[in-house]
Amino acid sequence: MIIQHPDLGPRDSSEFVYKGDAELLFRPERTENADQEIFHDYLYLRNNPAGKHRELWYHEYGDRSWLVVTRDTTNHEILKVEYVKDYIKSYKVK
Amino acid sequence: MYRIKSGGLINRNKELNFSFNGKNFVGYEGDTLSSALLGNGIHLVGRSFKYHRPRGIFSSGSEEPSALVQLEEKNFTEPNIRATTVKLYDGLVSNSQNHVGSLSWDFMRINDYLSTFLSAGFYYKTFMWPKAFWEKVYEPIIRNAAGLGKLSKESDPSKYDKGYLHCDLLVIGAGPAGLYSALIAARTGAKIIVVDEDFILGGSFNGENININDNICSDWVKSILSELNSLKNVRLMSSTTLYGSFDHGIYGALEVKSYNSKNTITKPRHILWKIYSKFSVLCTGALERSILFENNDLPGIMLSKSVRHYCNRWGVIPGNNISIYTNNDDGWETAKDLKKAGCNVVCIIDQRSNIKPPIENIDHILGRNIVKAKGNLRISSIKLDNGRIINTDCLAVSGGYNPNLHLTCHQRGKPKWNEVNHCFVPHNPPKTMEVIGAANGLFNHEEMFNDSKIKLTKILRNLGFRKIAVEKVNISKKVYQISPFPKKIPEGKIWVDLQNDVTVKDIKLAVHEGFHSVELLKRYTTLGMATDQGKNSNVLGLSVLSLIKNKTMHEVGTTIFRPPFTPVPIGAFAGRSRGKHFKPFRLTPSHNWAKSNNAVFVEAGNWLRAQWYPIKGEKTWRESVDREVIQTRNNVGICDVTTLGKIDIKGKDSGAFLNFVYANNFGKLPVGKVRYGLMLRDDGIAFDDGTTARFSENHFVMTTTTANAVTVFRHLEFCKQCLKPDWDVHLISTTDHWAQFAIAGPKSRKLLQEICDPKIDISNDKFPFMACAKITVLEGIPARLFRISFSGELAYEIAVPRRYADFFVKKISEIGKKYSLVPYGTEALGVMRIEKGHAAGNELNGQTTAHNLGLGKMVSKLNDCVGNTMSERDELNKDDALKLVGFIPTNKKQQLVAGSHFIEKGQIANLENDQGWMSSVAFSPMLNHSIGLGYIKRGNQRYGEKVNAVNPLKNEITEVEIHSPHFYDPEGELLRG
Repeated sequence: MIIQHPDLGPRDSSEFVYKGDAELLFRPERTENADQEIFHDYLYLRNNPAGKHRELWYHEYGDRSWLVVTRDTTNHEILKVEYVKDYIKSYKVK
Repeated sequence: MYRIKSGGLINRNKELNFSFNGKNFVGYEGDTLSSALLGNGIHLVGRSFKYHRPRGIFSSGSEEPSALVQLEEKNFTEPNIRATTVKLYDGLVSNSQNHVGSLSWDFMRINDYLSTFLSAGFYYKTFMWPKAFWEKVYEPIIRNAAGLGKLSKESDPSKYDKGYLHCDLLVIGAGPAGLYSALIAARTGAKIIVVDEDFILGGSFNGENININDNICSDWVKSILSELNSLKNVRLMSSTTLYGSFDHGIYGALEVKSYNSKNTITKPRHILWKIYSKFSVLCTGALERSILFENNDLPGIMLSKSVRHYCNRWGVIPGNNISIYTNNDDGWETAKDLKKAGCNVVCIIDQRSNIKPPIENIDHILGRNIVKAKGNLRISSIKLDNGRIINTDCLAVSGGYNPNLHLTCHQRGKPKWNEVNHCFVPHNPPKTMEVIGAANGLFNHEEMFNDSKIKLTKILRNLGFRKIAVEKVNISKKVYQISPFPKKIPEGKIWVDLQNDVTVKDIKLAVHEGFHSVELLKRYTTLGMATDQGKNSNVLGLSVLSLIKNKTMHEVGTTIFRPPFTPVPIGAFAGRSRGKHFKPFRLTPSHNWAKSNNAVFVEAGNWLRAQWYPIKGEKTWRESVDREVIQTRNNVGICDVTTLGKIDIKGKDSGAFLNFVYANNFGKLPVGKVRYGLMLRDDGIAFDDGTTARFSENHFVMTTTTANAVTVFRHLEFCKQCLKPDWDVHLISTTDHWAQFAIAGPKSRKLLQEICDPKIDISNDKFPFMACAKITVLEGIPARLFRISFSGELAYEIAVPRRYADFFVKKISEIGKKYSLVPYGTEALGVMRIEKGHAAGNELNGQTTAHNLGLGKMVSKLNDCVGNTMSERDELNKDDALKLVGFIPTNKKQQLVAGSHFIEKGQIANLENDQGWMSSVAFSPMLNHSIGLGYIKRGNQRYGEKVNAVNPLKNEITEVEIHSPHFYDPEGELLRG
């Protein structure tokens, strides 16, 4: 697979490390009640769609950036690649 | 006489000697092994997989199902090589496969007469019981009988290599469609790569006798190749098979450099290429299929186009009396070319009745089918459905063409059935691939050239290249008309898949037993498996299935095509990554010094670390390790600990960041101090530990374990970029930049004071336990000094920039002589940490928590840190939770074994009674007996209690006493002194 890095252009997927569902970005904060249920859902309930999936890739053999890659899991087409910080910003705007 | 005197693409002046089954033969430069064998009149080259029936050369290309040979000898030998793809070389040694006794008298032929019992699913049905028979009787017999060629079972001495290529356009196949496409693209200046599996580019045009622009087509090939060869933007790759199409225009290709064992030690045998393309054109042509009739597997029965190519390209006539059996016009081309070459064509039998013979002056029989072939080791006659018998020693069969569409399917493209040409054609190939010519079901050259021009113009425009004119190609129009598959399932022993011995009967039986889908049929009968992947047989098999099921070919569909297109040797995938080059290794900065000190090295991850340093007179590793420990504890020792991960952390929010990533507090760590830190995963399991030093308000230096150096850094980048994107934190790995040494033992301070530059005071008052400072040593070398102790001794770790490491370590060992400084390796390091009860990788194994480690109190209750919330789960904090404690054998002479499980005395050793396990053991030279660390339920409350340590692997039970994990200096007075 080839991932279009926002600044470094097309890079081979072997330069990256895969983490998983981009929902992992939205880690709950520890509250006074230390709600384990919320953390449980964050840690163990992941989306696994057949189709468009936002996922985290780390450019370990590159610039060490964490990226949000939107990939179609049925055909590996990569629809969008963003820096995490840009993705979070646009997410907050929505 | 099997060779024509002139013509073709062989050099009759260059003779090449080769051997087959121990006999010597002569071929010519330009031959393949198969053309050379046929040129010597040899048809019988092997025995079939299951029934050991005689098999001959069936085709002239990579689709070959039968002519598989064992190439070369001894440790160079390679089995199952298709004789049709091997370029002949002087000294080639080949042998036939899969027979007991001689090739012409194979003892295993008995299987053929037992074939009634060896039908589809034979193994599944037969070797069911008694159960005990499987391992001892059935499996050895089957293993012996199965497979075709044999491995040498020795290490392969040949070299293999890998390479990477990039291009705008990848042209797959260098036949007429490929070369024409390449020419159009090359003239625009686009960077192109042309690959072809053959060692001569030109594809079918190397074997056809047709004219282009009034010259023979192989001349047209030569003129195009000479232009392409002159262009810098073109890379032509012959003997290179594209074996797989992967995502986003990436292709895998195998280049066969040489099979000759004389060359392959010094130069690679194969090169595995990874090709990145912006676009590709698939010009792989079409493969001929056979026709079903009884004994259609006999040697001498060959594909019609192959017979034609043996004649035209290699000047080889595969029979004295050749007949042709066809259902389409292409069969007649073979008759024409054979006749032109002066060979005796007995007759052509065409299944079609309502046609006008495309070629005149050839004896022909229309509207008839062959029902049976006869012959022993070679075809001798055929019988028609009207009873007529025709004597013939070679039968060229043309059952029509299948577009060679394998590579369009690797991303799950599903071919469609074409009702005009009666073949599957590509459907939804990968986005960046276009299929041109016969591979797309276009069997007419004139249309193919036009199609190629139109498609290439569009592709190149999209790639940003301007169109440049190409000359028109004038070629005689060739008609391709074919009859559909017969509507009747023929009777008798009829072969569908020559390689796997799958007959029409097997397919009938499989369907009868309920294996209706193509995928199940394939797996039950083995139709289309093994080295040829059913290139000839699949569609034939599907036609039988469609008849039985009364479904259209489209409804039946194909099985899923997967890489590789043709077999790729494991050696090619390994490339240079074998033996000690299996993975890269890293050397510590003191490697050369350690080597000169006679160190024994051990692999630790990618690192080579000194394990111990034997001296004269020491016979066992234990002697060396015991000495290193004792000398360190009595005097002073030095150990390279560079391999620990080092992460430099800067920024205004560094303190808060460390509070977040560590389970214990770091924000309040004073400048000039070091602290032990425990890192958890967010699920509450212990992840890693190490120390972090604070050099200034906003500058920390973290160490990680050697094993987790990479994953901790990745995790920190995740925490910073993904979880705390607004924080001012900057991370950089400095593992390789600082050489770090542990200097441990009661005399360590004295030694260090000597190397520290004047004015630097490291007395206990000025530089107490857990202090850190930036200093200079040995007249100005910058250094970082940490007063930390893994050994439990008065100890330091000192880091110098890597470029000073060799000088530093040599100098300190010179100065250290008067303090009896001893170098110690990873074993002594391990012994001393176990004596102190320090956890390491064995204890932080991804299953254990801070609570288990006895560090539960360290975990922050107040602020949010990775893992603290989930570490509070009830299940992880039960009263009978595992606790890390020490163990000593009751009988001090006994040795403990890591991995042993703890069982209460008197209880049976089973999972139910399991109380925990021993994680680390060592012989303590200080205590003079074996000691261990391990996890046991409520361990911290059970000191003094005796349990059994059970080692079921060796059936050993050792009584042990539960002990505090701190065996040596439990109060920690030494390290503070």
